[in-house]
Amino acid sequence: MNFLASTWVGVWLIGLGRIAVLSREAIASCLTFKFSRRDLFYQIYFIGIKSQSVVIVTGAFTGMVLAAQTYFQFHKIKMDTATLAVVSVSMCSELGPVLTALMVAGRVGAAIAAEIGTMKVTEQIDALRTLATHPVDYLVVPRLMAANIALPLLTVEAMFIGITASYVVAVFLLGIDPAYAWWNMLKYSTIADVMIGLVKSFIYGGIVALVGCYKGLSCGNGAEGVGKATTEAVVYASICILITNFFLTITLQRLCVILGL
Amino acid sequence: MIETRALVKSFGPQLILDGVDLRIESGESVVIIGRSGGGKSVLLKHLIGLLQPDSGSVTVDGEEISRMNERQLLRVREKFGMVFQGAALFDSMTVAENVAFPLERKGKYTAAEIDQRVSAALDMVDLPGTQKKKPAELSGGMRKRVGLARAIVYEPQIVIYDEPTTGLDPIMSDCIDQLIIRVRDQLKVTSVVVTHDMRSARRVGNHVMLLHERKIYVHGTPEEIFSSQDPIVRQFIDGVADLKETLI
Repeated sequence: MNFLASTWVGVWLIGLGRIAVLSREAIASCLTFKFSRRDLFYQIYFIGIKSQSVVIVTGAFTGMVLAAQTYFQFHKIKMDTATLAVVSVSMCSELGPVLTALMVAGRVGAAIAAEIGTMKVTEQIDALRTLATHPVDYLVVPRLMAANIALPLLTVEAMFIGITASYVVAVFLLGIDPAYAWWNMLKYSTIADVMIGLVKSFIYGGIVALVGCYKGLSCGNGAEGVGKATTEAVVYASICILITNFFLTITLQRLCVILGL
Repeated sequence: MIETRALVKSFGPQLILDGVDLRIESGESVVIIGRSGGGKSVLLKHLIGLLQPDSGSVTVDGEEISRMNERQLLRVREKFGMVFQGAALFDSMTVAENVAFPLERKGKYTAAEIDQRVSAALDMVDLPGTQKKKPAELSGGMRKRVGLARAIVYEPQIVIYDEPTTGLDPIMSDCIDQLIIRVRDQLKVTSVVVTHDMRSARRVGNHVMLLHERKIYVHGTPEEIFSSQDPIVRQFIDGVADLKETLI
């Protein structure tokens, strides 16, 4: 048993179990409304407002390059006007939520892990506990709720910016007929694509916040421990997002078919 | 009243506490002395439930806390105030916000009451007018005093001090000792002080315990401990590295 726990598989499974326990604690705490509203609003500001520049640049340039690449391939088979349809579906259901979540994981997940990790090594977490405050109520819940609220909003923004930027590139740079391109985009994009993107981004928000908080709360001693926790928060959150994305795509697409969306 | 029975704690293969038995009566001022790295802070963290023992028990006012979960412990910890070795102030908050934190979390005080209590606590630790400063702007002694103000602002029954004078100059150490005595006498709290500062131990305690070889080796009044002829006790009190020198 000890041998299994010392292998990387064992360590990974133990970490997964601990994140599951942390998630259960955090969700239970969310339902009891023990968190501070002021902290929640600050975290929404930190995660949502302060991520604007990153999300806008990512959304815009992803939409632009996707439009260009799609056009280069479709032009060979005279399907130029389908370009925006591909960009729209991709931005709504895949690239919008995934790239936004990855960028937020890099910016916010690292910040959460570093802040909580520093609090841990300077005994501030112990101080919280001696002041009869549960670290999950005070630190994890506001961040989790804020990420769950901010990520879908940021994703919608990335979708909008990406599609707008791709329209500009397609119409004004590549010379695609705007009426047909727009008509095709509306024809092949459905409300299901947007809903899939929003559900995904909600889940990715939870992943970024929980992995960041978990890594901070379990960080090792000293500056080295905080540095390691920060790096791992970004890497693990990014890997979780990419793996989860595959399963969510399959599940949500089938669910949409069943529901007739 | 706090009581530990046969307390055992290890971190990995390293045994830190091996059957610690102690009893602290209400209103007492107990000083736990011992060598650095000897497990004093670990013992202290067990008393407030920050650590759970491998075996043995910790009882606070008749309640066994060593098997409580974190949420159950929150209720018990309302009886405690703790002053950390490095003060452990929340560095994103001002001094006033740090001291007001436990009152705001309780949610039963008005803003005016909180302001009044914060000012009173800061006056008690001789730091009036520092409300708007950030912890980074304070000296080590001032940080410890803010930590003490935060620990006493909600009037706990028991105040725990983890090496309160470590890293301070003799004058500031004396100032902290006087504060501990003032808090003990004015608020009638039970005090538990962990230190390896002998002058401090003699002044603030009415009961002294020596933690040696992972156990409470000896306990008694400061007079009994400081006049002891036991070589282990003398070695520690006289600060002698070689045990043979204490036998001469």
